[in-house]
Amino acid sequence: MQVLISIVSLGVFCLLAEIFNLRKLLVPITVIGLLAVLGISLNLWSIDNSLDTQFTSMMATNKFSSAFSTLFILLTIFLIAMSDDFYKEHKAKFSDFIAIKLFLLTGAIAMVSFTNLAMFFLGIEVLSISVYILAASERLNVRSNEAGMKYFLLGSFASGLILFGICLVYGATGYFDMGEIYDLSQGVGLPVWYPIGVALVIIGMLFKIAAAPFHFWVPDVYEGSPTLTTATMSTLVKVAAIATLYKLVSGFSVTIGYKVENIIVVISILSMTIGNVMALRQKNLKRMLAFSGISHAGFMLMAFLNISTAANNLLYYTFAYALAGISAFAVIIMVTKNKENENIENFNGLGKMSPVMAAILTASLLSMAGIPIFSGFFAKFMLFSDTVKVGYIIVVIAGVINSIISIGYYFKLILAMYTKDFDNNEYKPANYYIYSVVAVLSMALNIVVGIYPSLVTQLLK
Amino acid sequence: MNITTLLILLLTGAIITLISGDKLASKVALLFSLVAFGFSLNLLLQFNQGTNISFISNWIDNPKVAFALKADGLSMAMVLLTTALTPLIILSSFGNSFNNSKNFYALVLFMAFAMTGTFLAADGLLYYVFWELALIPIYFIALIWGNGDVDERKKAVVKFFIYTLAGSLFMLVGFAYLYSKAGSFLLEDLYKLELSHSEQFWIFFAFFLAYAIKIPIIPFHTWQAKVYQKAPTVGTMLLSGIMLKMGLYSVIRWQLPIAPDAAKEYMPVLIGLSIAGVVYGSIVALRQKDLKKLLAYSSLAHVGLIAAGCYTLTADGLNGAVYQMIAHGFVIVGLFFAAEVIFRRFETRKIKELGGIRSQASRFTSMFMILVLASVALPGTYNFVGEFTVLYSLSQVNLWFAVFGGTTIILGAYYMLKMFQNVMLGETNPKVFAEVNLNEAIVFITIIGFLLFFGLYPKPINDLVNPAIKEILAVINR
Repeated sequence: MQVLISIVSLGVFCLLAEIFNLRKLLVPITVIGLLAVLGISLNLWSIDNSLDTQFTSMMATNKFSSAFSTLFILLTIFLIAMSDDFYKEHKAKFSDFIAIKLFLLTGAIAMVSFTNLAMFFLGIEVLSISVYILAASERLNVRSNEAGMKYFLLGSFASGLILFGICLVYGATGYFDMGEIYDLSQGVGLPVWYPIGVALVIIGMLFKIAAAPFHFWVPDVYEGSPTLTTATMSTLVKVAAIATLYKLVSGFSVTIGYKVENIIVVISILSMTIGNVMALRQKNLKRMLAFSGISHAGFMLMAFLNISTAANNLLYYTFAYALAGISAFAVIIMVTKNKENENIENFNGLGKMSPVMAAILTASLLSMAGIPIFSGFFAKFMLFSDTVKVGYIIVVIAGVINSIISIGYYFKLILAMYTKDFDNNEYKPANYYIYSVVAVLSMALNIVVGIYPSLVTQLLK
Repeated sequence: MNITTLLILLLTGAIITLISGDKLASKVALLFSLVAFGFSLNLLLQFNQGTNISFISNWIDNPKVAFALKADGLSMAMVLLTTALTPLIILSSFGNSFNNSKNFYALVLFMAFAMTGTFLAADGLLYYVFWELALIPIYFIALIWGNGDVDERKKAVVKFFIYTLAGSLFMLVGFAYLYSKAGSFLLEDLYKLELSHSEQFWIFFAFFLAYAIKIPIIPFHTWQAKVYQKAPTVGTMLLSGIMLKMGLYSVIRWQLPIAPDAAKEYMPVLIGLSIAGVVYGSIVALRQKDLKKLLAYSSLAHVGLIAAGCYTLTADGLNGAVYQMIAHGFVIVGLFFAAEVIFRRFETRKIKELGGIRSQASRFTSMFMILVLASVALPGTYNFVGEFTVLYSLSQVNLWFAVFGGTTIILGAYYMLKMFQNVMLGETNPKVFAEVNLNEAIVFITIIGFLLFFGLYPKPINDLVNPAIKEILAVINR
């Protein structure tokens, strides 16, 4: 609550800062402000006011929402810290971009703390519209325009589905309030459009997390958007969407039927396989990470099979995935900043040119592939172990085979960095210290969380 | 003082090597590996006095994972093998110069750290973490500092990585399943599990994939020869001397006691596959033109015999397997080093281009000769003790196993002596072959001294290993 208000006021301040000519100080001020918000969010931790709702029972702060909000704030700090250099050429719009990122954060926080479906829809729209703008933010770049347009058209279609679903749920139950809907769904006698509405909302969310077969927009949008926006989409947006999906699934009906679980199994295996197999053939790194993101969505969906442990597993998986994503994208932005595209050849010889950055990119890829001491390993392991517990060994085996496939493309990049020589000598990766700082910090966090998984897994206890 | 200190020591060693700079790196690494060796000797002393050097503490609450390190005779023997070979391997590399040597030596020490951890871990997940961790340094060592064409090397190393990771991931699923049954990863809890027949089969199979690829057992060996050939000699030594022992050790420690019924049921198949590796490796070795590849296939044959010893499930078989693991570790490091010594002088590993070295370097010739004889298990060397015990145990199971397993000695003698003849003897080579220098001599003499001493007096190792094997057998036959 206080968190949301302070972030919004920070966003408004960013817009006003233009008037007072504070552009140069904007990023430091915002980062400090967000750190303060992080402090507030952590301070609220000890008070579990899950029953206490705010905004006339629109939102509630509980452990789940504050854990994910903390992750979102952390990611936004990293993303905004990188903006300073990234938007150097867009001086006039600089404060707008920062403000949009902050509004995006408010949308994400609203999505994990809603108690009313109206608030949920508001959150998802605030988030989505911010991302549409950011995707198309390079106005003179055709690819960026294309990405923004595609994302907007398909994204608003998905929003339409969600809205339609919410209407059906309202028609069936007579409530927007999640608590009331939950109570009603426990009983019998809900009309048939209740499950239809729920299915429509979930399909809309599957579109947002980019699970197959709703993934077709992802590669083009990821490739065309400015790299920092791609980083935002693949970390913050995806994480927010999957957390919301959990909140919805657990709120609509705790007793997931046998059939629904089968659908999750199919979508999970399909996403993992399509994402990984397609990623093998990509030359453009952003496209490759887009497909890798689809496969990670499949992994995260696996958590829903054991709904009792899903919140914990998702929190840890999203931590691991988002931190690895941030450090990988920091290096990618640094290397491809002054390049025409993000093809893998641009990374040739990075191991010799800047060993630290190459090591961090390698470590983030290893984390995504699930190699121990990086948090990605425990994330996958907890998923596997909890899925085995409920008896879905087939999904786990599919996950294992997919992990092996994923080595194929992650290592393509690692091999390029360490075994190939760079072609042109005059080229050097942009040496902006802020990218290195972000990459090192997020990798350090990744390893700390990997060595002490309890740091994250205990948050929800 | 407990065994955790040893791990911390090796890890700090790796970090200090990394920051010590390229010039000092090799010496710092050598120093730390020697200290680690001294420390593990000290641990052995404490262990023999009966001091408790094990360590256990809670690591993760959910899933319940403990940071549990346990030392018994078997672990101690493997840890000593690791810490004794590491300084030898580092010293053996002093004649080479590496780009970025600080990274190289840091990776070597890091690998020693991970392998030591694998041998000590008494918690399934911790063990898995160390097991996977050991894979990363060897991947980079072979990839970056390897020899030969880059593209070919890349292919070989990536194949190796994907193979091993694939195997390990199935082991991970096995562990996940065991955890859902036992509610803990601790070794002792897993030993207590009563698994049904089909459960045992699947667990055994999942573990078998991981170990058969690592050891390697036919038909999972296809990665091996290429990687041994392409990796730098230090990497080859680490792989063949210590890393494949991780697989064999794990068979004894994890696979057999957790799924004993499956092991008993499939014993003929398992021993058959292992022995097939012996025969296959020996025959392929006969036809090799590259010195390093020949040694790689001879290694395949020898570990096949060790694996066969493990799967007999008899006290002799398991004891003999452990003896032979130690003996093979030393002798294969020595042989690969001899190949490296020749390469340093003649810049070739093609057997055809060698020859006529004996008259130029008599000391090197005699040391190489002893190593060759040790590898074919001549009585008086420690390899004889190991191979003989294993062959004896095989004959107890089925005489034919022993007959085919024995080909490792007969064929081994044939290809090793033929190789020796072609490489060392013959008309004096026109190229100059300098006699071994001090560093090289130290490595050879240490290895030979070890093999001869324990060949004549194997009792200390027997006393260390036998009680631990007895305990494990008690679990297997529960």
